[in-house]
Amino acid sequence: MAVVADPKQNLFASGHTACAGCGQAIAAKIVATVSGKKTVIANATGCLEVFTTKAPQTAWRVAWVHSLFENAAAVASGVEAAMRYLGKIDEVNVIAQGGDGGTADIGMGSLSGMLERGHDILYVCYDNEAYMNTGIQRSGLTPLDSNTTTSPVGKRSRGNPRPKKPLLEIAVAHNISYAASASVAFLPDLKKKVEKALSYKGPKFLQVHVPCPLGWRHDSSLTIEIAKLAVETGLYPLVEYEYGKLISVRKIKVKPVEEYLKLQGRFRHVLKDEEALNQVREVAKANIERYGLAL
Amino acid sequence: MYPIGLLVGRPGSSMDNKTGSWRSDKKPKFLQKDCIACNMCFEVCPEGCISGNGKNTYIADYDYCKGCGLCAYVCPKKDIEMIDEGEEL
Ligand SMILES: Cc1ncc(C[n+]2csc(CCOP(=O)(O)OP(=O)(O)O)c2C)c(N)n1
Ligand code: SF4
Ligand code: SF4
Repeated sequence: MAVVADPKQNLFASGHTACAGCGQAIAAKIVATVSGKKTVIANATGCLEVFTTKAPQTAWRVAWVHSLFENAAAVASGVEAAMRYLGKIDEVNVIAQGGDGGTADIGMGSLSGMLERGHDILYVCYDNEAYMNTGIQRSGLTPLDSNTTTSPVGKRSRGNPRPKKPLLEIAVAHNISYAASASVAFLPDLKKKVEKALSYKGPKFLQVHVPCPLGWRHDSSLTIEIAKLAVETGLYPLVEYEYGKLISVRKIKVKPVEEYLKLQGRFRHVLKDEEALNQVREVAKANIERYGLAL
Repeated sequence: MYPIGLLVGRPGSSMDNKTGSWRSDKKPKFLQKDCIACNMCFEVCPEGCISGNGKNTYIADYDYCKGCGLCAYVCPKKDIEMIDEGEEL
C-alpha cells in the first residue's frame, strides 16, 4: 500500500515566511510532526520563531509559546513542571528549540539549567551556524573561517577566527540520557533520532545541521547537497550519546573539504587561501580521528 | 488585567499567506511518469505543500510553493523538473 502524502498531516503548515530552501523549515517540520499533536513547544527568538508566527497567524499545529531569545529552555522547564503537576507529563512531549545563537550563546545558561535540573524535555538546536535573523552575525557555532558580517573577510582577516563551540559535548557533560547530532540531509535518521530522544525520560538534546541559503550564500536547491557534504567531509559528524557514552557514529567515505566549501559564498575566500584551506582540513581530520568516521 | 501577549487560536493559520507569489524564476513540474511514491519530495519540501497518494500522483500546491527546487533535487527518478515560471505545466 502506498504512503499517503497529506500536507495536513504535517504539524507545521504551509504559508510560513522562511526563505525558499530554508533548511531550518525542513527540520522543524519533521521535529513537530514526529512529536505529534500532544506536544508543547517553547521557541527561542530567531528565524524559526519569526517565520512561523507572522501575527496574527501561526504555522504550528501544536501548542507553541515564544517568550524571549535567551529563555526557551527555562520556559519549557516551567511548562514541564506544570504538566507534571497536572499529572499529564507522560502524555505530553515538551520541546524547547532555538537557533545556534539562541542555544549556544545567549540561551546557554538556561539550557544548562534545564539539563541539570532533570526536566523531561527535548531541546532541539537548529544549527545554521550564525545569527541569521538579524543579518548573519557570527555565533559560537559559526565554523572556522566563515565569512559573516561580524567576521568579514579582508586583508587582515580570513573570516571567523574560532572553531565551533563543542555544544554537543557540553550537553553530554551534563550526563543526560540522550544527545545526538543530526542533519537535514539525512531525514530518516533525523526522524529516528527525534523518536528515540522522546522515548527517554529526562532531558535530551539534539543538534541539527540546517543550511541557510541566505547566510551561507548558496542556491536554494542545494540545501540538501550541502548538508550532505558537511557530513561526508567530516566537518559535521553525526553521532549519538547515551548517558555520556558514544553509542553510534555515521561512517563516511571521506570526501575532500573543498567539495563542501566550493558551493558556498561564505567560504569562497578559503579556496584561494592555502593556509585557510589547511585549517579547515585540520578540523575535518580531527573529527574523523576523534569519532573514527572513516569507512 | 494586563495584556499577556498575542494569543493565536487558529493552528496552521499561516495558510492564509499565499507564499506561492514569492516564486519568480522556476517552478516544479511533476512529470508523473516514473514516480515510485518514495515520498522523498513530500518529506523534503520546506513549505510542506506537496501531496500525493500512490505512484504518479504527487503534485505541489502552487499557492505555497516557493520554487526552491529541492523536490526536484531529491527525486531519485528525476520525475520532477524545474521549469520556467511562465511556462505551461
Ligand atoms: C536579548 C536579545 N538580544 C538580541 C535580540 C535580537 N535578535 C533577534 S533574533 C536574533 C538572531 C537569532 O539567531 P539564532 O539564534 O542563531 O537563530 P537564527 O535566526 O539563525 O535561526 C537576534 C540577535 C533579541 N531578540 N533579544
Ligand atoms: S535567513 Fe536562513 S534560516 Fe532564516 S529563514 Fe532564511 S534561509 Fe531560513
Ligand atoms: S520547489 Fe520547493 S517549495 Fe516548491 S514544491 Fe518543490 S520543494 Fe516544495
